[in-house]
Amino acid sequence: MTERQVKSITQLSPIDVYMLLPRTNCKECGEANCMAFAAKLVNREVALEECPPLLKKEHEESYKKLQEILAPVIKEITVGTGENAVKIGGKLVMQRHEFTYHNPAPIALDVTDEMPLHAKSDEKDAVIDRVKKVENFLYNYIGRDLKLDMVALRSTSNDPVKFKSTVTEVTKATKLPLILCTFDPNVMEAGLIAASGRKPLIYAATKDNWKEMADLALMYECPLAVFAPNDLSLLRSLSKTLIEYGVEDLVLDPGTLPDEGISDTINNFTMVRRNACKGGDRLLGFPIIGTPITAWFGEGDSKEMLAWKEAYLASMLMSRYADILIMHSLDGWVQLPTVIWRFNIYTDPRKPVSVEAQLYEFGKPDEMSPIFLTTNYALTYFTVESDLKSFGGNYYLIVVDSEGISVEAAVAGRYLTAETIAEAVKSSGVAEKVKHKSLILPGMAARLSGETEEELKNVGLPDWRVIVGPRDSSGIAKLLKEKWPPKED
Amino acid sequence: MLSAEEKKAAAEIAELLQSLGLEGKRHIELEDVELTVKEIILDPSVLSSAALRGMMPPKRKAAAPPTAKPATLLEAPFTPFVQEYPGKIREVTLGATKSQGGSRGKPITIGGATTPAFYLFEQTPPNPPVISVDVFDMKVTLPKAIRTHVEDVWEDTAAWAKRAVDKWGAKVLTLHLLSTDPLIKDTSPAEAAKTIENVLQAVDVPLIIGGCGDPKKDAAVFKKIAEVAEGERVLLSSVTLDMDEAGVLEDVTKAAAKHGHLVLAFTSLDLNLAKELNRKICDYLPEDDILMDLTTAALGYGLEYSFTIHERARMAALMGDTELQHPVLSGTTNAWAAREAWLKLGPEWEPRSLRGPIWETVTALNLLLAGVDLFMMMHPDAIKTMQKVVQQLMNKGGAKPEKIANWVNAKI
Repeated sequence: MTERQVKSITQLSPIDVYMLLPRTNCKECGEANCMAFAAKLVNREVALEECPPLLKKEHEESYKKLQEILAPVIKEITVGTGENAVKIGGKLVMQRHEFTYHNPAPIALDVTDEMPLHAKSDEKDAVIDRVKKVENFLYNYIGRDLKLDMVALRSTSNDPVKFKSTVTEVTKATKLPLILCTFDPNVMEAGLIAASGRKPLIYAATKDNWKEMADLALMYECPLAVFAPNDLSLLRSLSKTLIEYGVEDLVLDPGTLPDEGISDTINNFTMVRRNACKGGDRLLGFPIIGTPITAWFGEGDSKEMLAWKEAYLASMLMSRYADILIMHSLDGWVQLPTVIWRFNIYTDPRKPVSVEAQLYEFGKPDEMSPIFLTTNYALTYFTVESDLKSFGGNYYLIVVDSEGISVEAAVAGRYLTAETIAEAVKSSGVAEKVKHKSLILPGMAARLSGETEEELKNVGLPDWRVIVGPRDSSGIAKLLKEKWPPKED
Repeated sequence: MLSAEEKKAAAEIAELLQSLGLEGKRHIELEDVELTVKEIILDPSVLSSAALRGMMPPKRKAAAPPTAKPATLLEAPFTPFVQEYPGKIREVTLGATKSQGGSRGKPITIGGATTPAFYLFEQTPPNPPVISVDVFDMKVTLPKAIRTHVEDVWEDTAAWAKRAVDKWGAKVLTLHLLSTDPLIKDTSPAEAAKTIENVLQAVDVPLIIGGCGDPKKDAAVFKKIAEVAEGERVLLSSVTLDMDEAGVLEDVTKAAAKHGHLVLAFTSLDLNLAKELNRKICDYLPEDDILMDLTTAALGYGLEYSFTIHERARMAALMGDTELQHPVLSGTTNAWAAREAWLKLGPEWEPRSLRGPIWETVTALNLLLAGVDLFMMMHPDAIKTMQKVVQQLMNKGGAKPEKIANWVNAKI
């Protein structure tokens, strides 16, 4: 029973789901009828448990069937407990355009039991310092806080006492979910005792230690990672064995092999995910763990080069199906592309690329507030929006319909022209709201400024002047300081 | 609180364990035993092993797993799920040698994929993706991380081109004729053609000719260059639906066909428009002389849209949509449009000399995995990384698992 014949999410219709619902149209779920609820279930917008009648004894069988047909093809596994728990996996599809990816891959940073707890002057890496850095990592990206998620504790000492003590210190220092890394079951048990009640991910079971690790996973009720570097038959065999052994929550590691192993790595990750999603292989229907940290074990490279490799490996693995990552570098330039790419690929692919073209107001703009203009590409708009909000003043922002493309591309492709700008200013009605006659154009559209003044005349706005703004909206504050309010000619 | 009865039961169990000689044993397993008491208190004196004492606080499963546990590894061999694809990406060659009617040293062939990108378990791609290096025909605004590599040559296009080939190993060059923009310098088609002739003399790699974005001006420039570069199989970048609207698409594509060149069909993140444009071009130019640019947005600035449209286009093409079976090009230098590639963000995000090029690298590598065949790039470090990773991805079987087998206890 390793394969299943379940309709994939893209084939599942609301009718399939509807037929198994109580069909009472009782509205207890808040929907107009059972069919509407079924449609939302298929879209993953509601949970089965929001249907009270379904939870009654007489519908037990249907409930079970629905759980089965709605179950994600990649099992969702929880690491950690309470509000600090993270969910990994839970993917419904292989490729992003088929359906939204769920559960953004958490990123764990490593510490070892041989690092000092706190850095002395001549040492760089220290356990608690690194843990605090993970906790404090923060980047505000178009209004969202991007963060790091977990701590991976590695035993480089292979000494249970040392490992236990480091795990104890880390659990005191942070509530972040943990991964305990050692192949020695005795060391692992010492760590598990110290991490009692935290439900860490056990990394990892191998062909040599699987039995002991399975016992620990069962005894401490923790999810278990399975490590079979570059050997998918072993990975699958371990998965089968561990499931039979009673371990239900597995995380698969086919090995992250940098440099000359990158082709095998990408192919292994892809084959594992594809067998689960397209081949119905339940033994591989678990989250995949990627370990870009292995880039650091390459030889002969500078630290910078190793971090560079780790950075691009992390992004590549996320695109090729990693559901959780273990990394080493805490450098901002390494983590920034990683957390932004993660945020991006976990967004809904059906989300429109553009925002509505209209006049937006920030703060309480009055008759002397500056007027900015940009295009309706969503990312452009959100960037400008987040900057204007962070400056905290009062502004008008005219958003022109550029068919959803950015300012630079829109100018080059003639989607943003003097004519479309003048038309947008006119129809926004902003001219009636202000006393001044100045329009601030994006720096990327600087070359349209002369023409725009001409076109503004043509739409009945004579004497309007264009001020060329910065090429990036982060420079708006500086521009206003220098050029606002505008000087009369 | 335990009732007297429960206390008694617990004591009895403790006694039982002791009488069974389990004292000091590491594992105690109860199989098929049903316990009805609310709580069991085991006398610590019974459980004297160090391991068990250590285990007292954590939660444990009360009952043993129901089935017999395997004692040895159960074999479950892996067979990859493979698929048949009715479609195939066309193979397209840029550049032509002397015997082929041009003067290029090494023409470059791209495309030909029969599976999604780098599915080597199905088929190794017939041609590796290629990186073209950007060169401009005038001094342009560039982020500092790039500027430092080119500022001594940016007023000499041929010298810039030579540097890209000699120093960065460019196999293809893109000449962006920015100065032809009517709103910049409005360089004439004849002057632009002269620039291209100089570059053709200076280097022997295939060329991509980049316009300024003004449909009418680009058409005039492309026509002139098609003529003077007769037989060189340059790629005209790009032709658009705007050209069609302006009534110049036919002229340009006919000129490309007449003088033996290729065109890049540019559309903005919309596969229906891409198909429409390809159909229009096919009226005048063979299908094998067309590449597509589906738009590259920078990481953090819409890369996910580009990534997904490339995955969709490639899958549709492989499943048989002939209008999408052209190789695809990415203007990856667009990565620098993201502020995170160049903006000062504070000391924890430094150095920008790494943050910029990693931005371009990550943008490129993700599109590589989505199926892009030809990349326009700019930063030497990003280019070098791409060249290296493409070569590594093309060769499976190189993994050395023993190198990472003990990574968990290796020191960094």
